[in-house]
Amino acid sequence: MSGVFQGKGSDVLDTQDRARFEQLVLPHLDAAFNLARWLLKSRADSEDVAQEAMLRAYRFFRGFHGGDARAWLLQIVRNTCYTWLEKNRPVELMTEFDEELHPQPSVSPEALAIAGANRERLTRALETLPPRFREVLVLRELEGCSYKEIASITAIPIGTVMSALARARQRLQRALTPASPQEAAREL
Amino acid sequence: MSCDYTRTVLHGYLDGELDATRSAEFERHLEGCRECATSLGSEESLRSSLQHSGLYENAPVALRKKIRAGLAAANNSSAGIRIPAWRWLAVAASILILACISWFSWPRPAKDSASTAPFTAAEMIDAHVRSLQPGHLTDIASTDQHTVKPWFDGKLAFVPPVKDYADEGFPLIGARLDVLGGQNVAALVYTRRKHIINVFVMPTKEPDSGIHAPGLRQGYQWRHWRRQGMEYCAVSDASDSDIYELAQLIYQ
Repeated sequence: MSGVFQGKGSDVLDTQDRARFEQLVLPHLDAAFNLARWLLKSRADSEDVAQEAMLRAYRFFRGFHGGDARAWLLQIVRNTCYTWLEKNRPVELMTEFDEELHPQPSVSPEALAIAGANRERLTRALETLPPRFREVLVLRELEGCSYKEIASITAIPIGTVMSALARARQRLQRALTPASPQEAAREL
Repeated sequence: MSCDYTRTVLHGYLDGELDATRSAEFERHLEGCRECATSLGSEESLRSSLQHSGLYENAPVALRKKIRAGLAAANNSSAGIRIPAWRWLAVAASILILACISWFSWPRPAKDSASTAPFTAAEMIDAHVRSLQPGHLTDIASTDQHTVKPWFDGKLAFVPPVKDYADEGFPLIGARLDVLGGQNVAALVYTRRKHIINVFVMPTKEPDSGIHAPGLRQGYQWRHWRRQGMEYCAVSDASDSDIYELAQLIYQ
C-alpha cells in the first residue's frame, strides 16, 4: 500500500498542515492501532485498517478545527473498523447491544484476581464480548478515556456511557469466572 | 444482586466521573451496603488486571515507518509537477467547500466571525446535558406561559417570547436561566414524548435568518435561527423532525 497518501489533488495538505498533522495526529498511532487490534482481534488486519484510518484522517484533516486530536482520530479508526467488520465479518456485528442482563451473584475480588491475573485468559475473555462492549472497556481501561471522550468516539450519548461500561464489566466478569464450581476446580 | 447502585453509580465512582456531591453521597451509601463494597472490590481488581497485564498493543515500528514514508511521498508529489491552473481551481474549490461547511456548521466559536452566535456547539450541548442532571432542568416548573414569561422579568435584560405548544404536541414544562458563551440566556424547556427539548433564547443585533440545517454532535441535534432580534437554538436527543417542527412553531 505504498503511496496511499497520494490521493486526489485536493487531499494534499500544504507543508504547514502536514507538520500540524504530524505533530497532533501521528503521535496517537499507538492508540489507533490498539483500538483497531481490539476491535478486529487481529494484529495483521489492524495494521491495514490503522493505515487506512490514518489516510482518511489525513484526508479529513482540514475538517479538524482543534480540540482533542486523539478522540478525533479514534472516531475515524472506529468507523473504519466497523466498515471493515461489516464487509469482512458481518456476523460479529449482529450481537444485540442492549440485551437485558440477568442479575448475577457478585464475584469475590479474590476469585476475580486469580481469574484475571493471566494475560491469555483476559484476552480470550475480552474477545468473547461483542465489539460494542469491548470498545468501551478498551477505551476506558487501556486508553484511559473520559466518559466525554468515549461518547464522542463511539457516538453513544454521554448519559449512557456509564451504563454501557457497567454492562461491559459485568459481561467481562462473567466471561472470566467459570460458571460452576466443578468447572472452577478443573480450571484451577 | 438487589442494589441498583451496583450497576450504575458505582461505575461512575470507580471512573472518577461523579461530581463531589454525588461522590460523597455514594461513599455514604458504601458504608452501609455490603453488596456495593464487594462489587467495588471486584471492579477494582478487574481494572488492575486489565491495566497491568500488558494488554495494550503498540503500533509496530514497520507500520509507523510506512505511514511516515507515505506522508513524505504525499508532500514531494504536491511540491512538484502540477499544472498551475488546475491547482488554482483546486484551491478555489477548497475555499468554496470550506465556506459551505462553515456556513452550515453553525454554531462556531465567536472568534470565527462577529456575525455568528456568541457560543459554540460544545457549550450548547454541555448546557443541555447539564440541564438533564437531576434538579437542574428548570428554575421555574410551570406549564403556564403566563407564569413563565413574567418570571424572567428582572432576571434578564430582555424578555424572551414564551408560548406553550401542548396542543401541537410540545408541552412547555418550565424555564431556567442559563449561561452560554459567558452570556445570560433564557432556556425554555419543552417535552416531546419523554424527550427534553431545550430552547435557548438570547438577544441579537443580527438580521433574521431562516431555520438553519440541523447540527449533530454527541448524539444531540439542534436547529438554530434568528428572528425579530432574538437568537434561538433548540437542542435535544429527539429526532430532527421533532426539533424542526417545534422550531417552525416558535418561528411563526
